[in-house]
Amino acid sequence: MKQKSWITIAVFVTATQLVLPCMVSATDYRPAMLANPCAGCHGPDGDSPGSIPSLTGLSADDIVSSMKAFKTDQRQGTVMNRIAKGYTDEEIHLMASYFSRKP
Amino acid sequence: MNTISRRRFIQWLGTASALGALGTPSLAFPKASARIVVVGGGFGGATCANYLKRFDPSLDVTLIESHKQFYTCPFSNAVLGGLYDMDFIRHDYDKLQSKHRVKVIQDNASTIDPDKQTLHTTAGRTLSYDRLVLSPGIDFLWGAIEGYDPSASLIMPHAWKAGSQTRLLLKQLHEMPNGGVVVIAPPANPFRCPPGPYERASMIAHYLKQHKPRSKVLILDAKDKFSKQSLFQDAWDEFYPDHIEWVPGSQGGIVTAVDPKHMTVTADDEKIKAAVANIIPPQKAGDVAYRAGLTNDKGWCPVNQKTFESTIYKNVHVIGDASIAGKMPKSGFSASSQGKVCAAEIVAALRGDSVGASSWVNTCYSLITPDYGISVAAVYRLGDKGIVGVEGAGGVGPRDAPLTTRQMEAVYAEGWYRAITADIFA
Repeated sequence: MKQKSWITIAVFVTATQLVLPCMVSATDYRPAMLANPCAGCHGPDGDSPGSIPSLTGLSADDIVSSMKAFKTDQRQGTVMNRIAKGYTDEEIHLMASYFSRKP
Repeated sequence: MNTISRRRFIQWLGTASALGALGTPSLAFPKASARIVVVGGGFGGATCANYLKRFDPSLDVTLIESHKQFYTCPFSNAVLGGLYDMDFIRHDYDKLQSKHRVKVIQDNASTIDPDKQTLHTTAGRTLSYDRLVLSPGIDFLWGAIEGYDPSASLIMPHAWKAGSQTRLLLKQLHEMPNGGVVVIAPPANPFRCPPGPYERASMIAHYLKQHKPRSKVLILDAKDKFSKQSLFQDAWDEFYPDHIEWVPGSQGGIVTAVDPKHMTVTADDEKIKAAVANIIPPQKAGDVAYRAGLTNDKGWCPVNQKTFESTIYKNVHVIGDASIAGKMPKSGFSASSQGKVCAAEIVAALRGDSVGASSWVNTCYSLITPDYGISVAAVYRLGDKGIVGVEGAGGVGPRDAPLTTRQMEAVYAEGWYRAITADIFA
């Protein structure tokens, strides 16, 4: 491999290491900021120790369809009908993908 | 030589990586070992300490808490009702230390020096901080009710901080005669846990109905309206028509004086004899916030409602009951939700970053009987004038909900308690 190529790769790798952590922008915080309060009822990272259903193990699609059903009152829950109405569809998708990535 | 060997490249890359690894914290985490001191190990402070470490394990997080164990106010009413014992509401800080790597120091915060960014403790420690988070809860306006001072609270417990006060009230309920009156005197707004006094009335009535059926709860209220009122009153009509009487402030409910020696409570110039008197006095931010000069003329702490940084001192945050958090009620769930937002804001600020829009939630269950629960919930966002509930969302449960909903909410009340305490302490 030519020196130029090696240097290009090296510069890229170094630059990536230096820059990536700085790229944490407002949009990256958003799913976590939306999802963090859920743990108050659904347990740490959505893993419920009690009677309230866990969010862990659910697919993003499951969470989105449940949240939308609560939001539109197509599904009758208890507090979730009132809580789901507090989020836009986009926010519901962000929260759903956040929880579906949890182990 | 116009090429470099693979080995030399790897060596060079290793050096570059090492620089990168060193460089990364200096760029991304300008204060890699930034020191955060959190005061108060309740719902707000313990959550904040926990989530600071979750968000950034490199932070040096110290929690100052005066008690070795924490008894929660949530579910202390259910203890009074005989549904649980005291152990159920007791939590410790072991996991916060061993699992979440928070340094927990059993001590009392005494004063702060906001210029030197130091905190002094009553045991003589001086802790320096990059950011200080105060979650001191409430203290009482002793003397606001004539005759009600700390010594009176040993005869007429407030039980508005759980622990020995809960035990005392429980003991008095067990020892009182059948036929005696239990007075509960809730304060005017704002105060910790707005539905709490009414859940307490329900849980005590539940106990009396079984064990002292000729007794009743008399609520002498400073207010004319209260949280989840219609749901409470509907349920009282159904379950406790002979065991709960509520007197609103405008109809003689305002308690102006107490006489612990004779066990009388004065409301509307009338002295009422109590078998048990649960006086919940007016409140203010926890003493340390007051001593630190972080309170306003009403006794609560004004904060930037996005970051919970005090508007009085820089790098000092106040969360939980002590803070003025827009439309959020003073509840354990609110405090915990604020603890998470505050933790994220601190981590982002130390990185020179921005969290962007935040979101808070409060969900609050109250038990009427062991099998009948009611709730209020809200999703909060930051508006132009502070934190407000999202329009069209939240609110109390529907008044015409079927019994199965109430039964589910009683089940979920316990589920909520187990979840939030696991989120904070497990």
